[in-house]
Amino acid sequence: MDTFSFLIDGFALAIQPANLIYAAIGVLIGTAVGVLPGIGPALTVALLLPVTFKLDPGGSIIMFAGIYYGGMYGGSTTAILLNTPGESASVVTALEGNKMARAGRGGPALATAAIGSFVAALIATAGLAVLAPYLVKIAVKFGPWDYFGLMLIAFVTVSATFGSSPLRGLTSLAFGLWLGLMGIDQLTGQARLTFGVPELLDGVEVTTLAVGLFAIGEAFFVASRHLYKPEKPIPVKGSIWMTREDWKRSWKPWLRGTIIGFPIGALPAGGAEIPTFLSYTIERKLSKNPEEFGHGAIEGVAGPEAANNASAAGTLVPLLTLGLPTSATAAVMLAGFQQYNIQPGPLLFTQHADLVWGLVASLFIANVMLLVLNLPLVGMWVKLLKIPLPWLYAGILVFASMGTIAANPSVTELLLLTGFGVVGFVMRRYDYPIAPAVVGLILGPLADSALRRSLQMSLGDPMILLQHPSSAIMIGIAVVALVAPFVFRGLSKFRQDED
Amino acid sequence: MTQKTLHIPNRPTAVIAVVLFAIAFITYWDASHMKVRATYGMSASAASYFVALLFVALAIGHLISAFKPSDIEVEAADWMAVGWIGFALAGLIGSIWLGGGFILGSTLLFALTARAFGRKALLVDLCLGAVIGVLVFLLFNKLLTLALPQGPLERLF
Repeated sequence: MDTFSFLIDGFALAIQPANLIYAAIGVLIGTAVGVLPGIGPALTVALLLPVTFKLDPGGSIIMFAGIYYGGMYGGSTTAILLNTPGESASVVTALEGNKMARAGRGGPALATAAIGSFVAALIATAGLAVLAPYLVKIAVKFGPWDYFGLMLIAFVTVSATFGSSPLRGLTSLAFGLWLGLMGIDQLTGQARLTFGVPELLDGVEVTTLAVGLFAIGEAFFVASRHLYKPEKPIPVKGSIWMTREDWKRSWKPWLRGTIIGFPIGALPAGGAEIPTFLSYTIERKLSKNPEEFGHGAIEGVAGPEAANNASAAGTLVPLLTLGLPTSATAAVMLAGFQQYNIQPGPLLFTQHADLVWGLVASLFIANVMLLVLNLPLVGMWVKLLKIPLPWLYAGILVFASMGTIAANPSVTELLLLTGFGVVGFVMRRYDYPIAPAVVGLILGPLADSALRRSLQMSLGDPMILLQHPSSAIMIGIAVVALVAPFVFRGLSKFRQDED
Repeated sequence: MTQKTLHIPNRPTAVIAVVLFAIAFITYWDASHMKVRATYGMSASAASYFVALLFVALAIGHLISAFKPSDIEVEAADWMAVGWIGFALAGLIGSIWLGGGFILGSTLLFALTARAFGRKALLVDLCLGAVIGVLVFLLFNKLLTLALPQGPLERLF
């Protein structure tokens, strides 16, 4: 049992007092930022990346794990109490959870979301620990052509297959790919699309794009229409604890949600929206009291929340083993790893085995901390929701710009941030998904170099991509996934909003 | 971009199509000026040509859907508020550009953004922004030793 002994080593690293403190700080600030309305996990991680810059890689990755899980938990709190889901994966939670809160059962809704997330993340993280080593064994045999095929699948599924409109999803992806072209080409040293601006030679930072599109774009968007839709959080009344009945109705949805969420998250299909919607539908079908759905059924919070967290842990599987981000959050996390000079992928498990297993172990620890800290602290998080909107967004903008200039102190970087903010505003206004742009920026250059390395190995013959059965199958899947939504319009009824 | 232009179906989409065409052209132009060729396989400009082609395809797609009625409802926007945020960001950028430093810039950013969201107490917000700016500066420069841009205020610490 290699995995087991590695995991023990990982826990030995993660349980050191300093690292425990990092995990606790990560969980607390992750929840605090994630709970703010309109801020999902992707933005939480992007905003808080600079804070972890100067820590040692081990400590910062552990804090990172805490921020990630904390951000996820915070998002569900907002969805339940404010009916403003910070991310599309919380849309379903808001559906039933907000109704429960309105009926004075906000406490149990938060509790079932928290415990369900805990159960799901626990099982899914264990799944990650078991599955990853096998995937790494397969992944080390991958040639560049296989990576290219995988990335094609990720491109298509993230942007076209599950979006509200394939055209808009692909446009968002193309914008990301275009930004990915900027900078010095790694193989020939030529500058692409830099227009003579020296600051662009290094390319566009993923965090700048993510913070610009998500935070600044969101601020523009909310400001442009805040006059018409003011929101007030619902106070949590009564006991926050679940009754016996609540437990009885929750535990099965937790497990079913986990079983649905983890595999879908682990596939390069992108997003936690599909598992959450799927879990919601299944719970409604299986429930003994289906009439409660739409009026605050606890199953409708328990299942989707578990599915959401399980699929989030699932996206770590392709991220860590293949270096393949399949959601905006994963793309931002990949940027974080790269900032510590760690390149996720099969080699990570051999070169930085201690870090990987330290991360997995701290995911477990962050998860436990979330449960212990957050239920008692729920009153504090509710207070955060009461910050007046003007100050909230003013603070977010200060924090966002500060993170950008701390990473790269130049006016060009701020101009880029503002430009991305304007683009993000236009994209929100006309219903373009944002996640594909972030994924395109990070995967575009990787796909470019994978393709070119394949062609160098085949002396320029593009048929190499089809001669290997593995890459031929993957390219086939990508083509089918691209064409299918245009052919079967009805298939694209899964709406993917912002991450 | 109001709903008054209904007789020209979906004008924003047409505008986006034009923008996409422009990006495709810029990308093509940039790629055609790249000199170094690869010995085998693709040269560095191939990806640019591919992306340019993708943009052309998307632009055509947008152009086609511009002639159909819009499938989304675009809400009326408060352009004043958007303008205030733009002003706020310009305040930050201007302050750093002209050497005013981070604290002054973030104070302006905070107060003007709050104004965009409808707050009228500009003086209170300026003070609050300054306090936040100083705290953030101390946290980043002293505790995390990250260099934020310095101006006359920052040098006092």
